[in-house]
Amino acid sequence: MTAPRDKHGRPIVVVTGMGIVTSLGAGKKDNWTKLTAGESGIKTVTRFPIDGLKSTMAGAIDFVTVEPFSSTSLSERLAVMATEEALEQAGIGSKGDFPGPLFLAVAPVETEWPQRLEVGRAVGKKEFDYFDLLRVSGGGKFAEYHHRFMFGSVASHLAETFGTKGSPISLSTACASGATSIQLGVEAIRRGDADAALCVAAEGTVNPEAMVRFSLLSALSTQNAPPQAASKPFSKNRDGFVMAEGAGALVLESYEAAMARGAPILGVVAGCGELTDSFHRTRSSPDGKPIIGCVRKTLADAGMTPEQIDHINAHGTATPENDKMEYLATAAVFGERARQIPVSSNKSMVGHTISAAGAVEAIFSLLTLEHQRIPPTINYDIPDPAIPFDVVANKARDARVTAVMSNSFGFGGQNASLILTREPA
Amino acid sequence: MSERKEVWITGIGIVSSLGEGLDAHWDALNAKRINVDDKRFAPYIVHPLAPVSFDAQIPKKGDQRQMEAWQRIGTYAAGLALDSAGVKGNQEILSRMDMVIAAGGGERDIAVDMAILNADAQGNSSPGFLNERLMNDLRPTLFLAQLSNLLAGNIAIVHGVCGTSRTFMGEEAASIDAARIALARIEAGQSDIALIGAAHNGERPDLLILYEFGDFNLTDKFAPVWARENNSGFAMGSAGVFLVMESREHAEARGVKPYAKLTKVVADLAQRKQLGAVTKSLESLWPKLGILTDNGNLITGATGVEPVTSEEKAFLRQHPGFAVRATGTTFGHTLETQFPLGLALAALSISRGALFPPNDPTGFELEKSEPPTQIVVVGAGHWQGEGMALVEAVK
Repeated sequence: MTAPRDKHGRPIVVVTGMGIVTSLGAGKKDNWTKLTAGESGIKTVTRFPIDGLKSTMAGAIDFVTVEPFSSTSLSERLAVMATEEALEQAGIGSKGDFPGPLFLAVAPVETEWPQRLEVGRAVGKKEFDYFDLLRVSGGGKFAEYHHRFMFGSVASHLAETFGTKGSPISLSTACASGATSIQLGVEAIRRGDADAALCVAAEGTVNPEAMVRFSLLSALSTQNAPPQAASKPFSKNRDGFVMAEGAGALVLESYEAAMARGAPILGVVAGCGELTDSFHRTRSSPDGKPIIGCVRKTLADAGMTPEQIDHINAHGTATPENDKMEYLATAAVFGERARQIPVSSNKSMVGHTISAAGAVEAIFSLLTLEHQRIPPTINYDIPDPAIPFDVVANKARDARVTAVMSNSFGFGGQNASLILTREPA
Repeated sequence: MSERKEVWITGIGIVSSLGEGLDAHWDALNAKRINVDDKRFAPYIVHPLAPVSFDAQIPKKGDQRQMEAWQRIGTYAAGLALDSAGVKGNQEILSRMDMVIAAGGGERDIAVDMAILNADAQGNSSPGFLNERLMNDLRPTLFLAQLSNLLAGNIAIVHGVCGTSRTFMGEEAASIDAARIALARIEAGQSDIALIGAAHNGERPDLLILYEFGDFNLTDKFAPVWARENNSGFAMGSAGVFLVMESREHAEARGVKPYAKLTKVVADLAQRKQLGAVTKSLESLWPKLGILTDNGNLITGATGVEPVTSEEKAFLRQHPGFAVRATGTTFGHTLETQFPLGLALAALSISRGALFPPNDPTGFELEKSEPPTQIVVVGAGHWQGEGMALVEAVK
């Protein structure tokens, strides 16, 4: 039998395992039930004091605890949970022995405030400078903080735990990171470098400084009450995104390898595309060309036409700029159909899981294909007339879905899109 | 799978504590010059960036203001690499050029941090204190100067490199993987031309603290990497190094000459809890390169940190004919930038027909006069991540 190939003659890449954690809960079942019921995971932050913050809500994951708390430790824990679920479903390799590389999307790492304050207090003086801090930092007392706050620490923990092969890759393409991790896995399998890849994306950065940073860039919604109504993608009164935590893990395999071992085929990563926007550090080019190019590259990579896409899982952050640009770019590529394709933003319910978003939303897209049911965009009460998408408003919609486009656009001009299908073409 | 394509290094950009550009570096290496500052952060030792006129590669002051030092260093070096490859301003090529960058994070605002820590020490830490100070005192755009992927973002904005953009993180290993993935993509026809590289600012107190947690900093007295057994550690270095890599056919079609070809990049994650794991890891990577000789050339990014440096030395001793050069002695340790630096100096040496001279009073680095046709580049991270590359003369 000849190996199944895609239209470009490359190995077909299928998904054989998925795991997910969001503010809605842990696992696909819980997430899908709540997501299609239109529930929100956004709450007023209780992890730390919110005094003095302009935005006080987030999709924080408080049902998972790590001690001592750090965003990096939480990201790691969420990544492990999602990966365990994905591996159990895929039934690939054996415990602690995954037969392929790891591609991990993770937030940039640095020493965090609880630990920095701890070091400061160790100085034992009322007034001190950086040299005083340096003098107490060594000698092994804080040795674990070196490892914890290395950029490669989460990936090396996952690589050790799950026995992935080779050098694990940690990556950041801002809000597109999750999509990039999938793209790297797809490329490795298409090259024939691997039969399987573990693509994981995790975000655990609901902490004071991270919230302040996004807040100072005016990126966050300030509609704090009620918190579950804050994230309003495509609405006229949208005013920013809501920070959130989460993780998604996907086991990718060549179709051939998956068939050979009788693995469950959950869907196909039919196409990936990426195009950088050089206009501005946080804003899209006003002509939308980079996003348009990204979407077109993705269609070309999948060997598909716009007519074949029957649902868009939007980036849909609910920032005034993103949603407008996403519509303009979609309209440029899809023409009149931009108003007819059902579009939805999971971020209305789970918030913006930043580094994890691309993977979390790819998994929701695959669940949409499986259940033939599109999750709603909640808080869609005042449609923005400038964005005449067919938004799946407030209630889930049953629909025939064969191919989903999932978009991710991030700071630094990072644009990435995926096309996910149910069956190998 | 169709036949793997040959990949050439056609552009090199370096800025470091020794200066900027290929000639300045070649001269400094041959003069065995080292630029080290043991006073500013005493007892810690760093290699400060040589004076650079950033305007030459980052013409807009507004762009420079939006960046912290590490991004300026990197964006500058990326511009040098594009110049060197002859693609600067060539929109047709830049718009489809792939970028794989290895990055850490950006400088913190030390004054803001210290004010908060001091207030905390004085008992002024009401529940909302941290929030209020951060909201009031952080510059809004500082975040963008800190975000790992914004080095790539700045290179896109300033130089127009706009095909794809991926930022790998994870200290030394990140750039080994950046080179490995870019090479694999070009070899397989997934990419025609790519920009890879990294940047590091060694003059950062926040990083000194981070590495001091693990007692990794070199203190008190500067010594070459091979002479630090009794006072181990790295002296942080400042450097930006970028390479333009492209398929041979792409380079020939636009009529450019290569510095060298990049034949192989391999990487590993040794389980270092076991003694000798690094020696074993490097020994297992070695046969994957396709080395032709017993008396070749090798450029290593050895850090001077123990036990990894001794473990690497044990591996090197098994290949006694090789002329070894440790970039850490001359440039300090530049974390993500060390491996691209090794690749750049390997390609430069091949193009100049000589390996630069040893800079090592211990005698571990051998003299070598024959023109190199193959140079092995080795990287073993200060805490994890091992890798190797083979750079060869184009036949």
